[in-house]
Amino acid sequence: MALNNKIDIRNLNLYIEKEHILKDINIRIPEHRITVILGPSGCGKTTLLKTMNRLTDIYPEIDVKGQIFINGEDILHSHKDITTLRKNMGLLSQRPYPLPMSIYNNVAYGLRLSGRRKKQFLDKRVQHYLHQASLWEEVKHRLHEPAASLSIGQQQRLCLARGLAVDPEIILADEPTSALDPISSQEIEQKFLQLKSNYTLVLVTHILRQAIRLADYVVFMYLGEVVEHGPADRFFNHPQTEITKAYLQGSIN
Amino acid sequence: MKNPAGKLRRLQREEAVIRIIMRLATYTVIGVLGIIIFTILRRGLPSLSWEMIFRTPQGGFYFGKEGGILNAIAGSLYLATGATLLAFVTGYPVALFMNSTLRRHKRFVNGFRFILDLLWGIPSIVYGAFGFSVMIFFRVQASLLAGILVVAVFVLPIMIRAMDEGMKNSPAGLMEASLSLGMTPTGFSFRILSRQCLPGIVTAVLLSFGRAIGDAASVLFTTGFTDYIPRSLAEPAATLPLSIFFQLTSPIPEVRERAYAAASVLTFIILVISILARLSSAKLNHNAIKN
Repeated sequence: MALNNKIDIRNLNLYIEKEHILKDINIRIPEHRITVILGPSGCGKTTLLKTMNRLTDIYPEIDVKGQIFINGEDILHSHKDITTLRKNMGLLSQRPYPLPMSIYNNVAYGLRLSGRRKKQFLDKRVQHYLHQASLWEEVKHRLHEPAASLSIGQQQRLCLARGLAVDPEIILADEPTSALDPISSQEIEQKFLQLKSNYTLVLVTHILRQAIRLADYVVFMYLGEVVEHGPADRFFNHPQTEITKAYLQGSIN
Repeated sequence: MKNPAGKLRRLQREEAVIRIIMRLATYTVIGVLGIIIFTILRRGLPSLSWEMIFRTPQGGFYFGKEGGILNAIAGSLYLATGATLLAFVTGYPVALFMNSTLRRHKRFVNGFRFILDLLWGIPSIVYGAFGFSVMIFFRVQASLLAGILVVAVFVLPIMIRAMDEGMKNSPAGLMEASLSLGMTPTGFSFRILSRQCLPGIVTAVLLSFGRAIGDAASVLFTTGFTDYIPRSLAEPAATLPLSIFFQLTSPIPEVRERAYAAASVLTFIILVISILARLSSAKLNHNAIKN
C-alpha cells in the first residue's frame, strides 16, 4: 500500500520572543502509521506537536511561520473554525488531565460536544470507547465516580478514550507514558499498535527504546532542527548523519 | 565542620524555639477570637429574646422600651444578598476571563491583580464617601438600592480575587486538553474551569457576603437608617452594624446590652456562613483534578 501523507509540514519556523525554536521544518507524516518524533529534551518536539493542532495559539509570545497541510488544507491559514480543526486531532499529554467530572462524563463530554444527547446512545458509545482504551473492565462498576479517583495510568487511558470519542483521524501524543509505571506504559504502547490501522498517530518521545518498539516512521530532531527523517528500518539500521549515529549510540542526551 | 554533634544540637534547639513561637502565635489568635465571641455572647445572650429578633423597634426602643431589631436583620440580609448577587454577576465572568482568554497575557493579568488587591485594601468608608458624593451629584437620597450598589462595588475586588486565586492555580494542561477536545475558551471557562474551581467560587461568594453584611462604614451615608423593614429598593434600610452602633452609644445600660444581643445575631449569621463555606468547599472538591 502506498503511503498517503496525512500531515505535510512545509518551511515551518517558530519563534518564542524572537528566539528561533523550530528551524525550517519540512516533514510528511504518513497515514495509518505511527510516526515518532524523537530527540533529546528541549529540542522542540513538544512545540512541533502543539503547532499541529494550533495549541500554540494560546501563547501570544509564540510566532509560527510556514504551512501545515492536513488533508490538503493549510491549517495555519485556514478560515475553518479552530475547534473543528482541533476535533480532528486527539491529544494525549505528558500527564493525564481528565475533566473534573465523573469517568462516564469524561467520555460522554466529547460526544455531547458533537450534539449527541440520547442516553442510550451515549451509554453504548461510552462503553465502546472505554473498551477501545482497554479501561472498561476496570471501571464498569464505578462509571459515576470522579475521574480523579483513578490511578494515573488509568487516567491516561481515560484521556485516550475521551480523545477517541471526539472521533479524530489523528492522535497526537506528547510523551504519553512519561508519568506512568512500566505496566501502564506497556498498555498504552500496545494500544497504539492496535490503533494505527484506523488512526494516524504522532508520538513524541525521548525514549529511544520506545521509538524502536513503536515507530514506522521516525523524525529525529536536535536543537530545533529535523536532522533526519525516514522509515524506521532505515533510520535505526542505516542512519544517514553523524548526529543520528551518535544519538543512537547514546552519546547525545 | 569541626563539631558535627554540636551543630546538630544547635539545630535542634533552633527547631524547639521556633516551634514554641509558632505555638504561641496560634494560641494567641485562637484566644483573641475566643475572648471576642465570649464577650459578645456573655453580654448579648441575656438580652437576646424572640422579641429582639422578630419585632421592629417600637416607640422608645432606643430608650429601653419594647421592640426588636428585625428591621436591621432584614435590611442587612437584603443588602448583603443584593450586593453579593450583583458582585457575583459582574465578578464571575471577569475572573473566568482572566483565567481563560486573558491567561496568556501574563503581564496584563498580573497588573490587573495588583489593582484589585489595592482596591481590596481601600477602607470601606472611602467607598461610602464616594458613593455619597455620586448620590449628591444625582440628587438621590439614601436607599437600599444605593447601599447595594456601593457595597457591591466594595466587595467586587474581593469576589474577583478570591475566585481568581483558585482559578489561577488550575493546571495549564487542563485548558490544553479541553481545547484539544474542540471546546472554545468560553466553553472551557463555564463548563470546565468553573467546575474545577467550584469550591473557590463558593468560598468567594460567602466571603463577599460576610464582608457585605458586616460592614458599617460603606452603608453609613448610602443606605440610611429606618425603623421599618424596607418595602422597595428606593426606601432607606437599617443595617445590623449601624443598629449596633446606635445602641452602643446610648447612655442607657439596657440599650447598650441590647447592642451586644444584636452583635450576637450578626456574629451568628457570619458564623453560619463560614461553616457553610467550609462544608460546601470540602464537599464540592471531590471532582477536581489535582495539580
